[in-house]
Amino acid sequence: MSSKEVKNLEAIFDTKIARDEKIEPKDWMPEKYRQTHIRQISQHAHSEIVGMLPEGNWITRAPSLRRKVALLAKVQDEAGHGLYLYSACETLGISREELYDQLHTGKAKYSSIFNYPTLTWADIGAIGWLVDGAAIINQVPLCNTSFGPYARAMVRVCKEESFHQRQGYEIMMTLCNGTKEQKDMAQDALNRWWWPSLMMFGPTDDQSTHTEQSMKWKLKRKTNDELRQQFVDQTVPQADILGLKIPDEDLKYNNDTGHYDFGEIDWSEFWQVVKGHGKCNKERIKARKDAWDNGKWVRDAAMAYSEKQKLKKAKQAG
Amino acid sequence: MKKDWPLWEVFVRSKNGLEHRHFGSLHAPDAEMAIKNARDVYTRRKEGVSIWVVESKHIKASNPDDNAEMFDPADDKAYRHPTFYDLPDDVEHM
Amino acid sequence: MSNKNLKHYIYGIADNALILGQRLSELCGHGPTLETDIALTNIALDLLGQTRSYYQYIANLSTENTSEDDVAFLRKEREYRNVLLVEQPNTDFAYIITRQYFFDVFHFMLLNKLQKSKDVNLVAIANKSIKEVGYHKQFSGDWLKRLGDGTEESHEKAKQAVNDLWVFTDELFHSSNNDHQVIESGYGVDPNSFKEEYYKTVSSLLEEATLQVPETKYFQKGGKEGIHSEHMGYILAEMQYMQRTYPDMKW
Repeated sequence: MSSKEVKNLEAIFDTKIARDEKIEPKDWMPEKYRQTHIRQISQHAHSEIVGMLPEGNWITRAPSLRRKVALLAKVQDEAGHGLYLYSACETLGISREELYDQLHTGKAKYSSIFNYPTLTWADIGAIGWLVDGAAIINQVPLCNTSFGPYARAMVRVCKEESFHQRQGYEIMMTLCNGTKEQKDMAQDALNRWWWPSLMMFGPTDDQSTHTEQSMKWKLKRKTNDELRQQFVDQTVPQADILGLKIPDEDLKYNNDTGHYDFGEIDWSEFWQVVKGHGKCNKERIKARKDAWDNGKWVRDAAMAYSEKQKLKKAKQAG
Repeated sequence: MKKDWPLWEVFVRSKNGLEHRHFGSLHAPDAEMAIKNARDVYTRRKEGVSIWVVESKHIKASNPDDNAEMFDPADDKAYRHPTFYDLPDDVEHM
Repeated sequence: MSNKNLKHYIYGIADNALILGQRLSELCGHGPTLETDIALTNIALDLLGQTRSYYQYIANLSTENTSEDDVAFLRKEREYRNVLLVEQPNTDFAYIITRQYFFDVFHFMLLNKLQKSKDVNLVAIANKSIKEVGYHKQFSGDWLKRLGDGTEESHEKAKQAVNDLWVFTDELFHSSNNDHQVIESGYGVDPNSFKEEYYKTVSSLLEEATLQVPETKYFQKGGKEGIHSEHMGYILAEMQYMQRTYPDMKW
């Protein structure tokens, strides 16, 4: 294809996106669009399945049967969401196995929040409330993103996730209405999860490398800082209802802007975790890799069996 | 031996009277397990009463590069649609 | 029918569902594929759902103010009546599937008979559960065939699992003296009534899976009398962690 033809295709492509038309897997797309989508969708998928681990850590210790089934169903949903997203990614011509390989070898990233440990039952409440809350803010706009399979996967994900945040908030509510020890446990969890949750929206706008291009492709509709502000604005009143204190001395409602001002995020901690030196980075990857490696003989067996059955049938027919 | 589970497309009928609709995809070694996996992955919230699966490689798709020839010619055939025909307002049941 | 005997009998059914559900929940996030992970979690959720129905019924039968969670989390090891089979660890996928299949076939036959119990509550639980367990049995049976008749490696692993877990199957058919009273009054089910059918079904699937039916005459028992394996203490330590650390709190 001549560069003029490519230019022409790119112009058609840009017009389609500007008109809010969806791009489907077999449509022509710029290579950079494909690569960016593989990166973002797989990163999202990896976050779902690595995200199963910190919460999975409490399934066997959930304090009531009701909490146990709710948490189990939630973590299972995350496996489902990972699956939907890997499938969306596969339409771009990369296999799930290749994507796993990228995760296991550290080539692919996932949301850093899951490299923090879950130390008490209240952490399960805090994750549902804060981490899922932040995730929803990030995800809802993606239901309208330009790449069809990603948008469709996100519609399903958002629909299913509607109970996740409520599940977490209800746990926090119960703790805050409980004994002093329980309320302290809730406060301690908020103290530990608050800042990492704010970091989930990524670097500040002036540091973010992908924003402009992603806005154009509708992979993003708002900037990191706008989304972070939205999260703070909606979460502070929820903390008030719980009677918990957000661990930020600088947090204050600003009458002029109509938003909450908040303190400086510790970006050195953010980069430390992103670069692989969080508390649980190694365990998380190891757990995923072990599951996959130990499952190899199982997957092989299922394939071998099905091939034997095919042969048997062919023989009977012949 | 390195052989990964192939990809399957899953179609689910939400309730009798409706068509099967594409729900998504998954991996499975064969059709039998693809149906089981589809049941576990895609109908956990009572989304379906019937499941079809087909291995993705067996789907033959039209080429979007041919879309102009394939689909644009239908653009100007307004006479296939009821609004093309002028009728007086007082004609009922038509 | 004394409530005490009836409760004792129901524990013999419900505790199996709880402990196996607990074992399966350990796996969530660690399955060999996402699809299988999701499927096993569905089974865990079914079993825990059944557990809740039984325990709610037990709580209703109790004179003290007891909840399903008191029943689930506040008993001592000796008071759990689950069979040894369901407390066996998730050694590998072959163990997980074999344990599941050995239990599912039994569970299905038990519920089938329980649908004719004189106790309407048990009938209602059985009617709902049997559909779930019918699927569990299909799932684990299908997988056991794949492992047995898959690769050489999977065959070896399945063989090992079948040999190791076979010794726990006989206990499924044990009943205590109190159980017998519940059975004789028509509230409970005599598992011996389907023991032969059980071994016939299991043997025929093992054969299809190219696996040999173990020939041992020595079986393990004790779970139903509260004499468990060494695994049980750890299962409970984990499961009851919150109740033991923070007594008398609502979660």
